[in-house]
Amino acid sequence: MRLTAITAAATLIAGMAVAETVAPDDVQYGEYGEVEASLTGMPGDPANGKVIITSRSKGNCVACHTAEAWSDAAFHGEVGPMLDGVGGYRSEAELRGIVANAKMTFEGSVMPAFYKTSGFIRPGDAYTGKAAPADLPPILSAQEIEDVVAFLMTLQDG
Amino acid sequence: MKFKALTAVVALCAATTAYAGGADDDVLAIDGEEMISKTDAPAHLAETGIDTIISGWHFREDDTQAMQLDTFDNPGMIFVDQAMDSWNTVEGEAGESCASCHGDVAEFEGLSTKMPKVDEDGKLVVMEDLINECRTERMQANEWKWSGGTMQAMVALINHQSLGMPMDVAIDGAAAPFWEQGKEMYYTRYGQLELSCANCHEQNYGNYIRADHLSQGQTNGFPTYRLKQAKLISKHNRFRGCIRDTRAETFAEGSDEFRALELYVASRGNGLSVEAPAVRQ
Ligand code: HEC
Ligand code: HEC
Repeated sequence: MRLTAITAAATLIAGMAVAETVAPDDVQYGEYGEVEASLTGMPGDPANGKVIITSRSKGNCVACHTAEAWSDAAFHGEVGPMLDGVGGYRSEAELRGIVANAKMTFEGSVMPAFYKTSGFIRPGDAYTGKAAPADLPPILSAQEIEDVVAFLMTLQDG
Repeated sequence: MKFKALTAVVALCAATTAYAGGADDDVLAIDGEEMISKTDAPAHLAETGIDTIISGWHFREDDTQAMQLDTFDNPGMIFVDQAMDSWNTVEGEAGESCASCHGDVAEFEGLSTKMPKVDEDGKLVVMEDLINECRTERMQANEWKWSGGTMQAMVALINHQSLGMPMDVAIDGAAAPFWEQGKEMYYTRYGQLELSCANCHEQNYGNYIRADHLSQGQTNGFPTYRLKQAKLISKHNRFRGCIRDTRAETFAEGSDEFRALELYVASRGNGLSVEAPAVRQ
């Protein structure tokens, strides 16, 4: 019910709030790596968030994390912690910070930064092995980050 | 309260998963000869916390493992046989074959345990370099392509002469600067995913990353026969694939960077038996 309402609202404002999108280099991280403000000013779409989490070509979070909520996806990795209940013990701001750049929360983490475009060593053009284009896009767009965060917030029981 | 309970549950699950992964306790004997597939880590790994080095064989599925136990069942041996033919084939302006200079390929027993090494000119060379040097200088024949079938079959044939012998590459003296360069590469977090070799093969070996069971990334089984590709895979091809998977610009096969990395990675396996050609999924 509530989810449907949010999605409807999102659809309504889509297109109006484009100018508010925060660029990767401009994201404001708090002392513990949290990011208070939405990167787009628009609510995330949790259904799309789940698709991103389980798609190899998108977040591919499942490569490292398991969770009951995506038990339908094949092959769960075990490099990162299990995420059941993470929306209960982490705030939305913390989750946004972790997904955008986990290294701001966990120093030296193996978890990649999904909303970062600079400061890499030999960045490539996705998985081609070739050099990255000058305007390297982040792995996930601002709205995709919001979608993933919205889905993680639904993981209340663990 | 609730947080504590959650943490306990998480810890419990983590423990179970850890048991699911890890290296297995099976014994690797090829044609009845037991390999050193697990042994004490070389001294230079002391700072890493790795005390046992483990062959990639221990991380594979049973059916893949089984193919390596008998050289007749090993699909990689077809290429070793093919290389035996090239060994005896005269090619090039000089009218020589490998055999006309070296005689029996068994003369090369032990060579691969010392590779890569620094040559008289102070250059770090790997097996492919030695082979191509013979091709171009002594046979006056054309160079073989690095990851090409003919080249990797010959590397497999020569490495196979050392089957069971422990890897023993030199890392001091003239090799030291190359080893340092390779070590630095091993710990560099390349690409948009910012992952180093160590992130996967030192910190996470035994864990699954999606469907892949991470090993220590040892090179004692190379060239390896990959069932998926139905051919022999060179070390540099594997390095290239691993770096590409970090969304990075890779280095070229046969580059000096990969020679240095090859030396360093080989040294992490000093003490493990040569298994070439090993079988991988
Ligand atoms: C290459 C491995 C890897 C990938 C891919 C990955 N993570 Fe992580 N993640 C980790 C690790 C490891 C940690 C634990 C933090 C640490 O110790 O570095 C972590 C921690 C987290 C946490 C915090 C959990 C807690 O208990 O506080 C969240 C949330 C999270 N990841 C979500 C994601 C999402 C969403 C994605 C994909 C968009 C993702 N991760 C992709 C490895 C990964
Ligand atoms: C994102 C994770 C990741 C990174 C980073 C990575 N690898 Fe790998 N590597 C793998 C996977 C997955 C495999 C296949 C399973 C296995 O053998 O571990 C593999 C296999 C290997 C193998 C073959 C081992 C065998 O027994 O067949 C070698 C050698 C290797 N890696 C070396 C490296 C080196 C050197 C680097 C750094 C330049 C590196 N890897 C970086 C994931 C990674």
